[in-house]
Amino acid sequence: MSHRLPEHPDWLWRTPDPKRSYDVIIVGAGGHGLATAYYLARNHGITNVAVLDRGWLAGGNMARNTTIIRSNYLCEESAALYEHALKLWEVLPQELEYDFLFSQRGVLNLAHTLHDVREGTRRVNANRLGGVDAEWLDTDQVRDFCPIVNTSPDVRYPVLGATLQPRAGIAKHDHVAWALARRADEYGVDLIQDCEVTGFLRDGDRVIGVRTNRGPINAGRVALAAAGHSSVLADLAGLRLPVQSHPLQALVSELLEPVHPTVVMSNHVHVYVSQAHKGELVMGAGVDAYNGYGQRGSFHMIEHQMAAALELFPIFARAHVLRTWGGIVDVTPDASPIIGPTPIENLYLNCGWGTGGFKATPSSGWVYAHTIATGEPHPLAEPFALERFTTGALIDEHGAAAVAH
Amino acid sequence: MLLIACPWCGEREELEFHYGGQAHVAYPANPEGLSDSEWAEYLFVRDNPKGPSRSAGHTPPDAGAGST
Repeated sequence: MSHRLPEHPDWLWRTPDPKRSYDVIIVGAGGHGLATAYYLARNHGITNVAVLDRGWLAGGNMARNTTIIRSNYLCEESAALYEHALKLWEVLPQELEYDFLFSQRGVLNLAHTLHDVREGTRRVNANRLGGVDAEWLDTDQVRDFCPIVNTSPDVRYPVLGATLQPRAGIAKHDHVAWALARRADEYGVDLIQDCEVTGFLRDGDRVIGVRTNRGPINAGRVALAAAGHSSVLADLAGLRLPVQSHPLQALVSELLEPVHPTVVMSNHVHVYVSQAHKGELVMGAGVDAYNGYGQRGSFHMIEHQMAAALELFPIFARAHVLRTWGGIVDVTPDASPIIGPTPIENLYLNCGWGTGGFKATPSSGWVYAHTIATGEPHPLAEPFALERFTTGALIDEHGAAAVAH
Repeated sequence: MLLIACPWCGEREELEFHYGGQAHVAYPANPEGLSDSEWAEYLFVRDNPKGPSRSAGHTPPDAGAGST
């Protein structure tokens, strides 16, 4: 007896062939590239846009992150950009008509040393001055907020307190990408997968398009949003960047009953962990030290992360690692992104988000769309210009990035 | 994990090494004569190839010393 397959679900976006030219080509269909396309259409009415990806849509770091969303960075320039993102996150599920399980369950950044306490209280004060929600919790308050954290005093690095950002949380990363992709496609943006940029079309020094493995495509402006592959693309344009690409691993446990109500991060006992909607623990820690594009890392990084997790959460002792994987994080010397025009006319750059790009997805797209549409950096993006490495105006967020580099 | 042959200490585990990034980046011969952008290039810009690369590392003096 034969059975007919059920109807395929509606595709969320078309699979067009590339046209000969577009007003804007975005290189990289990850979260930032898709958000940029969405806001180019929504805010600027620019829809003659293609988003190219050498692989499948949002198959890079957007598929591989630990989904933490927060804006509790130290410097006011960073806090403003991440807070802009958080405010956009708060309206996007309704605006995109897609429930991507954005859950504002708070984030704790634990303090285990006197330095941690000083850094944390300083950051709480800085956040409050900048209009970002932030509180300092003592050990008892940490225990009340997240009962499964080991707040015992007789461990090697006791929890002395924590910063709390109540509005922080998590979201389902793949669904975020698909929500943005669907709406961008509805606006008429062409999302083109399996299309690798292999070079740039030039007229003198100006960029006038891209070469791809599917032929040349002309463009008014070309905007890179390729995360870990940014240096590879920049090299094709003769541009060198202050970026190093490292593996960043993450992992999930098997599905567990709900035990972990919030997001907890610890710099000192290094791990960060949340529990996803369907029950898996989602965990990450530091980058692998070496440069690499292999989307995998070494096992000792996982071992150390496990030791930290079990130290902080004794209840996890019988959980199992179900799956580990890696992304390619484009790390800058100050752990802050690079956004804006390049010295090459019509070529724009948005990279260097390193270990912390997911949380910024909406505002990265918003400010990058503005920059591409107007030719001028959006005010929130201006401090993150490539030139800051020459002027010395670095924005050092290694501490607040909360990922060991 | 990776065992790296240090010419001074012998074979040590990779975690004992501090990763120094791109190898053979010479300190500028005349640093005072560099422009701001040239100095920034030296400080911050490094190769980032997708493929084999040479990187530098060092072990701190006490790496591998036994505890007392």
